[in-house]
Parts: sequence; structure tokens; C-alpha cells
Amino acid sequence: MRKVQLLIVGAGPAGLSAGIEAARAGVQVTIIDENLRPGGQLFKQIHKFFGSRVHNAGVRGFRIGEKLLQETRELGVEVLLGYPVYGIFPGGEVVYGSADGVKQLQAEKIILATGANENNLCFEGSVLPGVMTAGAAQTMINLHHVLPGQRVVMVGSGNVGLIVSYQLLQAGARVEAVVEAGPAIGGYGVHAGKLKRAGVPFYLSHTVQRAMGTTEVEAVELVELDHFKAIPGTEKIIEADTVCMAVGLTPMTELASLCGCELVESRGLGGLVPVHDHDMRTTNPNVYIAGDISGVEEASTAMEEGRLAGTAAAESLGYIPAKEAARRKEEIHGRLDLLRSGQFGARRAQAKIEIERSFAQIKRGGEVR
Amino acid sequence: MSRWIPEGPGIPDAQRRARGPVACIECFQQIPCNPCEEACPRGAITVGDEITSLPHLDTEKCNGCGLCMTRCPGLAIFTVDESCGEGKARVSFPYEYVPLPEKGSRIDCTDREGHFVTEGTVYQVRESKAFDHTAIVTVEIPREYSMDVRFIVRPAPTDSEEVNPDA
Amino acid sequence: MGEDRRVTKHPILEDLREPDTYILYDGKKIPAVTGEPVAAALLAAGVRIMRHTPKTGQPRGIFCGIGRCNDCKMIVDGVPGVRTCVTPVREGMVVETQEGLGEWRDLV
Repeated sequence: MRKVQLLIVGAGPAGLSAGIEAARAGVQVTIIDENLRPGGQLFKQIHKFFGSRVHNAGVRGFRIGEKLLQETRELGVEVLLGYPVYGIFPGGEVVYGSADGVKQLQAEKIILATGANENNLCFEGSVLPGVMTAGAAQTMINLHHVLPGQRVVMVGSGNVGLIVSYQLLQAGARVEAVVEAGPAIGGYGVHAGKLKRAGVPFYLSHTVQRAMGTTEVEAVELVELDHFKAIPGTEKIIEADTVCMAVGLTPMTELASLCGCELVESRGLGGLVPVHDHDMRTTNPNVYIAGDISGVEEASTAMEEGRLAGTAAAESLGYIPAKEAARRKEEIHGRLDLLRSGQFGARRAQAKIEIERSFAQIKRGGEVR
Repeated sequence: MSRWIPEGPGIPDAQRRARGPVACIECFQQIPCNPCEEACPRGAITVGDEITSLPHLDTEKCNGCGLCMTRCPGLAIFTVDESCGEGKARVSFPYEYVPLPEKGSRIDCTDREGHFVTEGTVYQVRESKAFDHTAIVTVEIPREYSMDVRFIVRPAPTDSEEVNPDA
Repeated sequence: MGEDRRVTKHPILEDLREPDTYILYDGKKIPAVTGEPVAAALLAAGVRIMRHTPKTGQPRGIFCGIGRCNDCKMIVDGVPGVRTCVTPVREGMVVETQEGLGEWRDLV
């Protein structure tokens, strides 16, 4: 069986950053991804990022993606594309698919950077062609340059819903409504401001009751909500050919679960996440995590977590002396703390503290192998 | 139309606005972000080490050049110039759509909610590689609307280059 | 089929591509860009129904766009159950709306 020092599953912002960090320290790194293109969601993110200079603030996501890819090339990181990882045994044997059948390799250390899945809503007509996730629409417009429809109703006003709505406008679609079940816009006011200036109507305390149409979406029925309960008689019909759902994401933890990592429920981070310590190490001491699998945040935090996991993995393989590793990790934590501050970040910061607490508890209980 | 005039550490007062071009930083939430601070060549914007702090504008240092506008990921910075002639004002805002409005054209100007405020004239459209595809559009409008107008009704895509199958 | 839904002008994107090949969709020629997902080429041509479900025959189209949900499965070059959102276009590919589980077809 082929042996690799460090295997990273997922070539998105977290995985690439982890690979770069570890390879820089001298580790032999292999990154594997089921997609045919690397970069994860970064190449769909055509907006300028928030943060500060150290986080590439003011730079568009896809340019950051190009930079990461160039660095992986320069460092000679192996990137295997088009290979879905089917399973990982607790001992580090990795099983993955390829055009020539199932293959295996043995990894000394593993970093899981698998990302997250989009959530969806169930309503009458939610399976009609024309109803899709916001991510699907974003993939179609920004990667493949094709409009999924001309008149869109966006469900969900978190940052994903707001950003994808804006990008639909930029691609030439009309956004007929942004629908939000809660009483207030979920994402950044400045993202909402771009849509409002462009005349996009917001329906707060509303939800989609049904998508109408015989073979495809032709109209959408909204209803007003009172504390998340539909108010009869408040239905309104909006003509639209597309419904996009931006109703949150859930960490993709299947592989972590398979290789024996303990999971914990974290409401602030999108659901079940692998328990991890300050170094992104899971309860399987050879397995680290980074990015949305460790809690749904954003690309900027994913890249920092990737660097953290890459540094920690390189340290554990003996490529970075403990003192130097500690210094680097502290620096990264400083940048992460910046991103997890303020009215939007504080909740995630708190959730991370709780997860590290769970890790300490499990460790005290002697459950770490 | 809403006549809400924002207040905050990034908003210049009426006296300052009357004296000439100045930035108007409409950033009111604690987002971890500070490119505006670095963008300003005159050091007029301060966010500080706590990057969730709201940007503070030193309205004496600011000359309304608008470089910050092109760096703000939230597209939340505008410039206002009330010194451009009797009864007139120029408002600039970031613009990331195609087609760009045409310089000199008459255009419907809207407020922060996208509602019609007044008709105006496109005074200038600035593009630069350094702006990375964020254009800066300046409209000239009646001065009384300088703190209301923040956008335009986007010009419809021109079909001139598209092939009409029925033609 | 509706109008062409390709994005031909965009304020940010720099590498807008034009169709350089074609695929056959239910016997009709559709312009396509080599390497783009089959689903994107179909969407560009206004095709949004990829298959009909086995039991009730309901239409299904693109849902997740990244190969997770299986809603966009079609018969591609005689093979049913192919996820068109993650299958790259090759010149002259034969794509058919899938009824139920679809049937294997010998195209040769």
C-alpha cells in the first residue's frame, strides 16, 4: 500500500492552507479531493473579503484561491483530483475511488477539511426543477457562467443568501425577493444594503409556503409568520422561475466519524462537529480537522484553521520544533480571534471554547487512544 | 423615499460637507474588517487593533478622494461633495454591474432602499485596475438630496451585441 | 427550451467562455463548452428537467450543483444515473432525459 506522511482530504481554502503550511515545514503532503477542480468554494466567491491585511481583506475570493494554488504548485504539494474518499480506518488506511476502481493508501497523519453541506427546506413543490440550493446557483453563475433562471426568490438572509443574491444580480438575473423567517436580516447589513440599493425587496418574518408550476417553478407563494408560525390569509404570490435556499450549512463529519473521532453537538457551529483541541486535533491523535467540518464559519477562518492544523501536524511529525510551533500557532490564533470578534463572531468564539472544553473533558476521562 | 440621515463615527457633519468632497462611511455593525483604514493615503480613517470597531473618519484629514470606497468589501463608503456649484451636490458610490452608466446621461437616482429620489446627471465613471472591477460612479444632483441619494436605477443591459434569432 | 442563459457580460468575471462544441440532448444539438458540466450546458439552453422519478414520474432538475443530491441524473452516452452537474462535456456526448432508473443503451 502506498504510504504518505500527511494526507489532507479536501482541496478547499482550509485544505490548501494546511497543505501549504505543512509542506513549507518539509512534510511530504498529499491533498485529495473528489472534485475535478481544486479550490473548494473559493472560486465561487467573487466578492471582496472582509478582515484585515493578514486575512487578505479587500481581495476577491477567487484571487485568494489562485494564490493558494500557486503556492501549492511551488511547494510541490501533490493534489489528487476527482477522487472521492470513501472511508478511513482508525489506523489511517484511506480508501478512495478512482476511474480505475477503488484504491488505498496509508497516511501517517490526516487532516480532514471536507467542508459542509447545504441545508434545505421542505415545502410543497420544493422538488420542482427550479428549486435549488443557493450554492448550486452560485456554482452555475460564478464557475460555469450560466444563469439558473431569470427571476429568483432567495430564501434565507444570512450572508450566503445575501451574497448569492447580489451575485445573481451581477450575473444579470432579477432577484424578486429575499425571504427571511426571522424578524431581522441574518447577515451583514452592508451586504443587505447592496441589495436594497438595487431595489431588491426583503420579506422579513416570511417563508416560502409552496413553489408552484406544473413541470418547473413558475411562481412562489410566500406567507407571513408570527413567531415562525404561518398567519393564514397573508399568502402572496410572486412570479419567479427559480427558488434558492440559503438556510444554513451542516459540517460534513462522515469521515471523521469513520476514523473514530468523537463528535459533539454545537448549535453555534452548525450541528455535530468533531471534538478538537486548540491545535485542531481530534480525539484520534493522528487526525486533525480544519474549516467548515470543525464548525461552519467562512473562508477566512477556514484558511487560518488550515494553517493551524498544518502547523500542528508538521510539529507532530517532527518537522517544527515545539517552541517554534507554539509561536506560529499563537500567531494564527491571534488572527482567528480577530475574525471571531464583534456582534457576529462572538457566538462562534464561545462555541469554539465549549468544544475545546469537551475535548479536555474527554481527555480527562481517558477516552483518547 | 426615506430621509434618514445616518449618524456615526464615519459620517461628516453638515458644516464639513458644505466645505468640499468628503467620505461618508456607512458602516454600522461590528464586522471584523479594516481595509478602509489602510486604503486612506492621508490616514483619515482609524479602525484600530480591534478590527470590529467602527471606522472613525477624521473629516479634517479626509479630502474625499474615494480610494477607501474601492477597498470596502461591504461597498458601504460613499463620497459627498456639496461645493461643486450653487444648489448642486455630487455623490459617488461603488458600482459592480454591467453596463456602467454613461457619463453625461440623465439618470434616476435612488436612496439606500432603492427608492426614487431625484433625477441626476452621471458626472463621472471611474475605473482602474487597482479598483479590481469596482467602478466608482459620480452623479450630480440637487444639493438637498446629498445625504439621500446613494445609488441609481441600473441601466438595462444593451442588446446591441446580442444576436437576435428573429432578425 | 428557453433562451440562451449564458452570462456573456459580467462586471467581475474575466474568463467568460463561448461554446466551442456541442452535445446531443434528446436528439437535439445543443452548444456547449468543452469541460463544463453537462448540466451547465443544458441549463444554458433552458433545459431544467433532467429526469422523471421512478414511481410517480415527477420531474427533477439541478438541486445541489455539486454532485451530492443525485437529482440531475441523466442517461449519458448510454449509461443511466450519471450526475450531470459533475460530468464534464465532451464533444458529441449523447445525453437523454432519464425516465425512472433509466436503461442501459448500447450506442455503438
